[in-house]
Amino acid sequence: MAASSETKGEGTLRKAFGGVLGFFILLLIGALAFSIRLFSVIKYESVIHEFDPYFNYRVTQFLTKNGIYDFWNWFDDRTWYPLGRVIGGTVYPGLTLTAGSIWWLLNNLNIPLSVETVCVFTAPIFSANASWATYLLTKEVKGTGAGLTAAALLAMVPSYISRSVAGSYDNEAVAIFALIFTFYLYTKTLNTGSLFYATLNALSYFYMVCSWGGYTFIINLIPMHVLLCIVTGRYSPRLYIAYAPLVVLGTLLASLVPVVGFNAVMTSEHFASFLVFIIIHVVALVYYIKGILSPKMFKVAVTLVVTIGIAVCCAVLAILIALVASSPTKGWSGRSLSLLDPTYASKYIPIIASVSEHQPPTWPSYFMDINVLAFLVPAGIVACFLPLSDASSFMVLYITTSVYFSGVMVRLMLVLAPAACIMSGIALSEAFDVFTRSIKLQLPKLFESPPGSGDIDSAQDEVVKVDNKAATDKSETAPKERPSKKNRKKEKEIVETTIKRPLKAKRLLVLPLEASAVAILLLIILGAFYVVHCVWAAAEAYSAPSIVLTSHSHDGLHVFDDFREAYAWLRHNTDVDDKVASWWDYGYQTTAMANRTVIVDNNTWNNTHIATVGTAMSSTEKPAWEIFNSLDVKYVLVVFGGLVGYPSDDINKFLWMVRIGGGVFPHIREPDYLRDGQYRIDAQATPTMLNCLMYKLSYYRFVETDGKGFDRVRRTEIGKKHFKLTHFEEVFTTHHWMVRIYKLKPPKNRIRGKSKKSKSNSKTSPSNLKRHGNLKKNPWQ
Amino acid sequence: MAMLSRFAFFLLWISVLSSTTHSELVISRIDRRVCRSTVLSVFRVLDDPKPAFFLGSMRAIGLSDVVDLSSHIVRALFSLKVENVGSKVVSEVLLAFPNMQAKNLAAIKTLYNEGRGKVKASSVNLPTTVVEPEGMPPELTFYSVSLPKGLEKGGTVSLDVLAVFTHSLQPFPEEITQADGQLVVYQDSAYYLSPYTVKVQTLGIRLPGGRVESYTKFPNAKLVDSEITYGPFENLPAFSYSPVIVHFENNYPFAVAHELVREIEISHWGNVQITEHYNLVHGGAKTKGGFSRLDYQARSSVRGASSFNHLIFRLPPRAHSIYYRDEIGNISTSHFWGDSRKTQLEIEPRFPIFGGWKTSFTIGYGLPLQDFLFKVDGKRMLNITFGSPMDEVIVDNLIVKANALSKQLNKVVLPEGSNGISASVPFPTKQGEEIKYSHLDIVGRPVLVLEKSNVVPEHNLYFQVYYHFNNLSLLGEPMMLISGFFLLFVACIVYMHTDMSISKSSASYLAKIQLEEVQATVQQIQNIINQCLAVHDKLDASLRDLSRTGDVQSCKIARKTADAQLKELVKELKPLVTFLHHSPQASHIWPKVEELVAKEKDMQEKMFLRHSTVVDCFEKKLGGREIENRIASQQQKLAALRQEVDDLLEFLDEI
Repeated sequence: MAASSETKGEGTLRKAFGGVLGFFILLLIGALAFSIRLFSVIKYESVIHEFDPYFNYRVTQFLTKNGIYDFWNWFDDRTWYPLGRVIGGTVYPGLTLTAGSIWWLLNNLNIPLSVETVCVFTAPIFSANASWATYLLTKEVKGTGAGLTAAALLAMVPSYISRSVAGSYDNEAVAIFALIFTFYLYTKTLNTGSLFYATLNALSYFYMVCSWGGYTFIINLIPMHVLLCIVTGRYSPRLYIAYAPLVVLGTLLASLVPVVGFNAVMTSEHFASFLVFIIIHVVALVYYIKGILSPKMFKVAVTLVVTIGIAVCCAVLAILIALVASSPTKGWSGRSLSLLDPTYASKYIPIIASVSEHQPPTWPSYFMDINVLAFLVPAGIVACFLPLSDASSFMVLYITTSVYFSGVMVRLMLVLAPAACIMSGIALSEAFDVFTRSIKLQLPKLFESPPGSGDIDSAQDEVVKVDNKAATDKSETAPKERPSKKNRKKEKEIVETTIKRPLKAKRLLVLPLEASAVAILLLIILGAFYVVHCVWAAAEAYSAPSIVLTSHSHDGLHVFDDFREAYAWLRHNTDVDDKVASWWDYGYQTTAMANRTVIVDNNTWNNTHIATVGTAMSSTEKPAWEIFNSLDVKYVLVVFGGLVGYPSDDINKFLWMVRIGGGVFPHIREPDYLRDGQYRIDAQATPTMLNCLMYKLSYYRFVETDGKGFDRVRRTEIGKKHFKLTHFEEVFTTHHWMVRIYKLKPPKNRIRGKSKKSKSNSKTSPSNLKRHGNLKKNPWQ
Repeated sequence: MAMLSRFAFFLLWISVLSSTTHSELVISRIDRRVCRSTVLSVFRVLDDPKPAFFLGSMRAIGLSDVVDLSSHIVRALFSLKVENVGSKVVSEVLLAFPNMQAKNLAAIKTLYNEGRGKVKASSVNLPTTVVEPEGMPPELTFYSVSLPKGLEKGGTVSLDVLAVFTHSLQPFPEEITQADGQLVVYQDSAYYLSPYTVKVQTLGIRLPGGRVESYTKFPNAKLVDSEITYGPFENLPAFSYSPVIVHFENNYPFAVAHELVREIEISHWGNVQITEHYNLVHGGAKTKGGFSRLDYQARSSVRGASSFNHLIFRLPPRAHSIYYRDEIGNISTSHFWGDSRKTQLEIEPRFPIFGGWKTSFTIGYGLPLQDFLFKVDGKRMLNITFGSPMDEVIVDNLIVKANALSKQLNKVVLPEGSNGISASVPFPTKQGEEIKYSHLDIVGRPVLVLEKSNVVPEHNLYFQVYYHFNNLSLLGEPMMLISGFFLLFVACIVYMHTDMSISKSSASYLAKIQLEEVQATVQQIQNIINQCLAVHDKLDASLRDLSRTGDVQSCKIARKTADAQLKELVKELKPLVTFLHHSPQASHIWPKVEELVAKEKDMQEKMFLRHSTVVDCFEKKLGGREIENRIASQQQKLAALRQEVDDLLEFLDEI
């Protein structure tokens, strides 16, 4: 671990070339952060991952091709047909602009990299940046040692790796950097009181607003901290400098981002910042008045101000509350509400609840995502409290809130990860400090006077007695001694510290030599566990791009490239303006890879539209055909994993389609698809289930593969085996049957007699089948 | 069928015309065979028409014509024996093709066999050009073969003409389902269409095997082992024509690349990088109805016979860094093996290609430079093949590949700094030049663009590009990078060593300077105090020595030196302290410093006091315990003072 080597090397090397060593350690940490994320490229290929990154990639392509002005005005008619989507006004442009400008810069230097390559490697580059930002932030809180440790931890924390492997071209990749950097600038301003940093802070906040909807976390956390400082009597002009410019400039800048716009002053997410803005001004005024008035006069003034102030505040509050209460969601967006009330989404917005990353995490996922950091965090919090500074109180607040948020949504584990890294970095660095120092103090004695060991023993006894005191004493002095090291006059300082060290050493009470050696060993083992886990997570758990699947069988590696096979087929062999209907998960990929118009996509902005597709999928063939035909759909794409055992297929997502569809169109009722509350597709399944479009499209002619129709995902034989499609025809199925594409049959010419006949046919056929199903069931009973 | 009626009209027209023809050349034997020919090494197509044309009096005395229909590239091999029956010496022989065929003619070459009889020792490639002789029907396109030497009266010459046609097999029916085989129609004339009278002629049509739906029985047709023969016909007048239609099954993969862009990039660091972008389509009968994977997987030979799902590329030996991808990423289904003589790449498209289905992909590979780049008369010469390496003749593989390219772009990217570029291609191409910017280029790399449409494997010949290149320009980019980084570091050094503040007299700047001074002073003070403390330690040590040895004198000396040292230190301290006292920036630390100095002074006094006490005691020869008792209180005070001084030092340190 870089951090351990750093803390150990501190003794001699750091004094000589502390800065240079620190710089190289940081460089290595950056390289580590970058290279640990390349497993996906090495194991798979340089490709964009998953779902949302494909949209970002497509937007970036548009940006690089058409320029920034066209980008702002981009109305995308290839998605949400027939509504379309105003991309320029509904997308967080930070990531796109970042990658776009990197590409532009490289291209102008005549370095021929494709947009795709730039997009793939944006996330690793920004994770290196994020680890450097972590170093800066932790340095502000607890000094260089803790900073380097935290940076090393963050460089490989699995939670962050999961969102920033090469190819995971998502908002979070740059947003986490922006988040940490904003916090760094905030604490820097808090420590220095410099208006320069305050302005930078606002700019960094602006970048964060551009990048991710999670910026509301910043604009709520910082006011909370300011309020905390005021309440605990830590108000200072530095706090004012750190906060007031951020709110004013930050809000102005934020409203420049089209997707935020007036939300920056209208929605309740930003309300806290304005309230605290008022409070800090009142407090500043009070402090000012306190400074110019005599104590007696001040008392009079206080009573005066308090009465007037309370009256004004009440009035303002009343107006605000009235305004907020007048809106149905109390001015909060659905996602924010589900954060405040974890049960909100599952009650009212199935679309938010249906996304797996919006589910609350399980305990194992904490261990998976932050591993040993979970145990180190409490120690870090304690270390933060020992000398409680403004910056460290901010960190404590950050970790507490992010622990709560990560408990609500698994996705927000990402916000917790930097906090956990910083806390653990502080804890580890403090621990190393204590242990290495106690070793260092005792080693010379050990060599100098082997016969007089009695004295040392007694000294150690003393040490044991006042052990606790020593620890506290040390942690007070150790971190603070560090920033002074950064003074420019190094030569003088070196002389000075060498003289001072023995002096101090006499005072510092130390741990027993053996105990500290063992403890260091244990800490290194702990760190090694963490590294091993992180590398494993990066290599195995989080490197899969999810559009290419692999499986290891006895005869070697098997690649499942069905998604791209289907998209390539759509791209080359359908008309450019054909519309493809699929569940919204595949919308982004279809537009990006197949370049075909889709009905719904992963930007779930229109619930009704999604519900329409859900309804069509849950209906029987004819109404489904009518729905799709009314939407001008030509192809229907379903994902089916039954043949190869790919579990996240449409049949497993089907209940959400029913739920979301039923939420808007009440004739779709969830109980119709469940047998005794159980979701099943075997012979026991309900007739509604067995006749719905999703079932038919998934299992069409499936029985002919093995004669039984054994579904490898559900581990059961399917309920209805032999059936024909009346309104759809199969046009393409991929090699492993994972994607099946059907075409809507053209409407039949209306011939009176014939249509009646076919109608009666289609009426009888389901009942026949049902009877057939019953027949099958009877022998069983 | 509109085509047939056109043929009939054409025939009528020709028969009218033939009566007026004044050709006296007789083709004595034509053996027309459509054969599976290997790619001949040299051939040449020139199409600069000659303005004047002399039609000699000749006749074809023998002619055999074999048409090979086993792939979707039609190869017709005419073996002609031409006799001059006129009186003049003839130096050119005319070949005629209907325009319909001529527009699909991709390549034509004529071989002249020097050796007599069976011994075809050396065959010479004869120039074959398009000509527009006067008085000839416009529906025909004429190619003229220039004979190596004039043909005397009564002399005969044997010629082998290979004509390669693309898009000549019409799928019929035009749409088939997945399960159907692909049926195609081929139209030709049973009689060899020639401006000369023909003495003996046969036509052989070689079919790929499999079902033959129908074929024109007239005149004189025989079907033996998937080869249809017509003839022999004797004494045909000039421009005889008799339409022949063959309808047969051909499941050969009709791989047609609509567009192929081949980029050959030369790097003088030792690599030739070739990138080929294919836009591939199955040119056969279109698929109607759905595609059922089940049927395809269960019985792919039957259900999906007309499709193809892999292609084979024969790359030059020592090809390396091969990739195969399309716009959405790598395509994992490819195999690659190679030895010293060849490299073979077998790729599968993402999905099986049925009739009318399209796909596009890119393959790229690197080749060692020394295999392809040579130095010729001070110029560099690139010698590399023109066409696509996609393979056609692999006998051991049932799915044999061929490609006919509607359009091919060859881009030769030369290194930056090349000039004097010229190309020599064995057949006509459209040439152009571009500039490409890549890898930190400043002036850009010259790109030679060669464009050719209707390319068949017969075009896969070597062509040469000549250019001048100075090896020194190789160093340009590394030097640029080195100097760039050098300048960056210099800029950093300059930035670190210059004072960038705008106003030297501004309050904040002065305050900063003062603050720095104060910090420096405080540190000096700390140093001095630390030295004082060190002196104290020495005194302590001397006391300890005293207690051990009882040497009062040395102890006194130690005291004296300590005294002197301390006095000097205090002298040093004085200006610093006064400076600090008057500096406004130091107001917040001044009290602490003052306290520190005072404490230190106090400590000195106590130290000396104790010292003198101890020395006195020793002189009085008091017992150890007595001494300890006497100095105990002093000792305590000293320890307390020491503690305070340390605290103060630390406090200052933190600031």
